[in-house]
Amino acid sequence: MTGLFETLGLGASAELLSLSSWGGNLLRGLANSLQIAVGAFGMGLVIGLFGAYGKLYGGKVTRDLLAIYTTVIRAVPELVLILILYYVGSDIINKISEAFGGGRVEISGVAAGIWVLGVVQGAYATEVLRGAIKAVPVGQIEAAKSYGMPAFMIMRRVTIPAMMGFAVPGLANLWLIATKDTALLAVVGFSELTLETRQAASSTRAYFTFFLAAGFLYLMVTLFSGAVFARIEKWARRGQPSLKGGSS
Amino acid sequence: MITVKALMQPHRIVMMLLFAALIIWCAFSLRWDWIPQYAPLALQGLWTTIWLLVVTTVLGFLLAVPLGLAQAIGPWYLATPARVFCTIIRGTPLLLQIWLLYYGLGSLFPQFPWIRSSELWPYLRQAWPYAVLALTLSFAGYEGEVMRGAFSSVAKGQLEAAKSFGMPRFTMFRRIWLPQAVRNVLPTLGGETILQLKATPLVATITVVEIYAVSSRVRSDTFIVYEPLLLLALVYMVLAGLIALAFRRFEGV
Repeated sequence: MTGLFETLGLGASAELLSLSSWGGNLLRGLANSLQIAVGAFGMGLVIGLFGAYGKLYGGKVTRDLLAIYTTVIRAVPELVLILILYYVGSDIINKISEAFGGGRVEISGVAAGIWVLGVVQGAYATEVLRGAIKAVPVGQIEAAKSYGMPAFMIMRRVTIPAMMGFAVPGLANLWLIATKDTALLAVVGFSELTLETRQAASSTRAYFTFFLAAGFLYLMVTLFSGAVFARIEKWARRGQPSLKGGSS
Repeated sequence: MITVKALMQPHRIVMMLLFAALIIWCAFSLRWDWIPQYAPLALQGLWTTIWLLVVTTVLGFLLAVPLGLAQAIGPWYLATPARVFCTIIRGTPLLLQIWLLYYGLGSLFPQFPWIRSSELWPYLRQAWPYAVLALTLSFAGYEGEVMRGAFSSVAKGQLEAAKSFGMPRFTMFRRIWLPQAVRNVLPTLGGETILQLKATPLVATITVVEIYAVSSRVRSDTFIVYEPLLLLALVYMVLAGLIALAFRRFEGV
């Protein structure tokens, strides 16, 4: 039995993955990845909400500018956008810092990652939320207006609760894209899960062990988020007829 | 489609003029003197990108059909592996998959003497077979899920009608089931092909020289940051636009 264990290299793998050797680095990378994903998803939601309102109710110029934003972001590879936004962001910050008499600023990896992925997520979130808001029956919003509700209160009390059910599946998808896109930051050199994995793998030469372990971690995040979003969707759709027909 | 009339509104004319001014400013005040030197390499890179895109989407789609079919009607011993494959591909980042295949398999193969002495070895030492494999599997994983939906959405009555005509099962699949599933899925397929285009720059990390790798090379050789990246973004936008147009043509037929 132990012979089989050894030939498969499981003993050595377990040792390499233990928290005191490389496992700790992997988990630290995962924490960084999740931090960036949460931040980017949140920033994407904020941009998306403004974007969706701009696209639906904004003036002509706003609408055209938003159309350009969403089209360009969705047509250019994330990797290219990450590089462009990263350089633009650090240039702007350094210009500001120099204008105030400071030196070059070292930007934290997490903040840069959130800014870069947030702008990308915002474009997708704009489309998801626009679709969801359009699915809310116009009568409900008109009714709120005729009661004399201010615009912000309509958004908070009517539009957002009513659109949640339509938006959650799309947003769940966006969250999964956010967690997977954090891996792209490895190319720019942020120490998130994929880069930590590669460093661990190349210094121990145990490529399969580490890449499979990291894949397992990503998969767990995906499956866990899937379960959470299913709960959220159920909650957001409470009181609404189910899509499959019949009442839920 | 955007018509000329829609573009001829006052605010759009102003925006187009501003945009043209921006382009002219870019053309004159940014540095483009590196282009002639790198043009041959860039064309080669563009060709590699297009070649990778076409090969991996075609192979991936061919793989996705059985994956979708297995999940839609297959017995459990085919459906479960297909579902597990799709979940794993969709649940992990593509970059990780590419690195797992390239570094993992790449470090495993040389340990076996019979692989080293085989005729495939000259290919296995290069990076592009791993790039093609990783991109194909990824496309198959995403598309398998789409095809599952497409196969189960074909109306039952049509299949029953074919059966009652005494059509053999394979003919039924070829003449009725597959064409309708593909037709339903064409709009999604266009979007997925653009996503695949956006995934191709990742193979630059395993030393495949496609258009993104060329722009990185220009950046590291000449220390010019924005110009190659902006041109690269433009190239991808044009390619994405062409794909969207091509699929619109297909759907029209």
